[in-house]
Amino acid sequence: MRGIAVAAIALTSVMSMAACAKDSGGTSNNAGSSGTAASGCKLADKPPAAAASSSTAGDGTKVDGSALKVGLAYDIGGRGDASFNDSAAAGLDKAKTDLGLKADAVKELTAAPNEAEDAKQTRLRQLATEGYNPIVAVGFAYAESLKVVAPQFPDVKFAIVDGAVDGATNVTPLVFAEEQGSFLVGVIAAYQSKACHVGFVGGVDIPLIQKFEAGYAQGAKAAAPDIKLEKKYLTPAGDFTGFQDPAKGQVVGQGQVEAGADVLYQAAGASGKGVFAAAKAGNAKAIGVDSDQYNQPTVAESKDVIVSSMLKRVDVAVFDFVKAVAKNDLASLPKVFDLKVDGVGYATSGGKIDADLAAVLEGYKAQIIAGKITVSDKPSS
Amino acid sequence: MGKLRGNLLPPALAILFSALLCGIALVVSGANPLRAFGAMVSQVGEGTTAVDIVNSTGVYYIAALAVAIGFQMNLFNIGVEGQYRVAAVVAAVFGGSVALPPGIHALAIILVAAVTGALWAAIPAILKVTRGVNEVISTIMMNGLALGLAAYLIRADVFGELRGNNIRTPEIPSSGWVPGIPLGSSGTVFGLVFLAAALGIGYWVMMNRTRFGFELRASGESSTAAAAGGVSAKKMILVAMLLSGAIAGLVSMPEILGRDHTYNLNFPAGIGFSGIAVALLGRNHPGGIALGALLWAFLDKSGLALDNVGVSREIVTIMQGAIVLSVVVAYEVVRRYELAAEQRRVGRQLGTVEPVGGAA
Repeated sequence: MRGIAVAAIALTSVMSMAACAKDSGGTSNNAGSSGTAASGCKLADKPPAAAASSSTAGDGTKVDGSALKVGLAYDIGGRGDASFNDSAAAGLDKAKTDLGLKADAVKELTAAPNEAEDAKQTRLRQLATEGYNPIVAVGFAYAESLKVVAPQFPDVKFAIVDGAVDGATNVTPLVFAEEQGSFLVGVIAAYQSKACHVGFVGGVDIPLIQKFEAGYAQGAKAAAPDIKLEKKYLTPAGDFTGFQDPAKGQVVGQGQVEAGADVLYQAAGASGKGVFAAAKAGNAKAIGVDSDQYNQPTVAESKDVIVSSMLKRVDVAVFDFVKAVAKNDLASLPKVFDLKVDGVGYATSGGKIDADLAAVLEGYKAQIIAGKITVSDKPSS
Repeated sequence: MGKLRGNLLPPALAILFSALLCGIALVVSGANPLRAFGAMVSQVGEGTTAVDIVNSTGVYYIAALAVAIGFQMNLFNIGVEGQYRVAAVVAAVFGGSVALPPGIHALAIILVAAVTGALWAAIPAILKVTRGVNEVISTIMMNGLALGLAAYLIRADVFGELRGNNIRTPEIPSSGWVPGIPLGSSGTVFGLVFLAAALGIGYWVMMNRTRFGFELRASGESSTAAAAGGVSAKKMILVAMLLSGAIAGLVSMPEILGRDHTYNLNFPAGIGFSGIAVALLGRNHPGGIALGALLWAFLDKSGLALDNVGVSREIVTIMQGAIVLSVVVAYEVVRRYELAAEQRRVGRQLGTVEPVGGAA
């Protein structure tokens, strides 16, 4: 009897939840399709065209890094996430070819999800005691650990992607203006959307990912003031599995497609594969993140839906850092990797961005660089 | 002697079996198992690993005690995971926002954590006592709620503060810290590891030397029989669940008061689930749980060395899973074997079975 009661409660709760989900999906779907014609958004005035940019070529001097032993501590997901960590890996690979790093002079370790603080410390300490110098910690989660470990190895040059450590002189922060790059892909989404309804899928509801959402929403609104925006995070702050749960990404992506969104932007690490799959299944388009995901082999089966990617050039930052260490010139690194230094940007692989749109994007980009548009890094609501 | 063998043989067999299983998995994946296990053992002497193991043992021990109290009453408290998280946030917020003299401050934080854990556990307990809701389902759901509540409480516009890309609760002033035992470059042993040991002793005394412990175990064995003896099963469920939650609330105290001094996004998850495995491994016995917690901590911390020798660290997860599974099987096998042996012995004494009847 008790078992039956339990089963009944479980069943009813599951069913009522399913009903709720379906209900809300249905209503917003109606709203989305009735509000707009299929011809796309009513677009705002285009920004003034950008002046022809004088591309600055590299300084050309050959830097020799063959004496360096580089250690990399990845965030959860590690090499192969097709996104954030792979971007860091690309920077390391570039350092191998361009700076002559020896293959065995590189060590890469990866974090486990939801691990304890001391595991991160041990990982950094392992690299430092084995003589790796410089060491790059990929992800803000290493900030607290670096605060402890960096002073113990004053001769080792550390860098931390997405974070900073106050008071530690041997830690170089590598931070990005994600909101600026996301602004531009928000513009892309607005121009690509037929229903004038776009979606954002965040991995974990944390300040870092909120920067992506904030920029995206501002960009979409700037290009099309009437645009509708779906947004959803896979897991709440504190549960980092949202960055490596493609199944969840697919369900949420599917929900946004059913709600009427036809361009999905994901900032969800390895979960993004699921968002791409949902976009493909729902005949929607998708925008990738961090790496140029159109060219990522791990998401190759969905590449035809990827119209662009917000490039967060962790690869540039990692490469520049290693190069700066080799030249012993850390002061040359930018304080923030933003649009001005091409630390963030958008990808054009796949040919979905035509010349008109590219001109618009360059116009917005020039305005942001010139300070005429300030992109906030916090979501409005 | 026989009892000791019955208690120690199964886990030993289980560990051996799971090591063998992992060895096979390693060979199949093309790695050298001896090199992998060697790296794990030698990692203990590296850096702060030994101290990390001790600290982590304390944390797992508290979590497993919380689960074990529930087990004694036949309650499956899966909610330790959520109880310790909510307690950690509330205690960290409390600790960071009050000013109290040293010592008292820390004590107050610990008390707040225990009370919060108990209150969070009270919800499924009351649901079970009044409405008969199965605690397995309600505590799992409470875990989900705990995550959401914790995420809400540390929002920058609620109690949290933004630090770069991290968010955390206000730092607890040094009057609320619990000093540890510094061992130089080997790290610092959390002072609250001793709290874990004290809780273990308290648990043993309560279970074996108090009327309450007896009533708890009796109700767990058979609530109807206990009720006939004048023990209210409902009261026991409520008390056991509250106690379990209070202890669960203490799980993160060693780390927060001994090292982090704040609850931030890096807060570890999954300790509650590990606690279930450790309690199973230790058969709810305070000594057994201690060994189980030590084993778990060793696997966790020394597993970090596997990346260094090019072996995937997930092998440790396989090993932990295999241990839990095989320890349950092993206890059952040994129990049946001893039951059969007992029957044969009794049979021989009564003369009802032929002495040659070894076929049984």
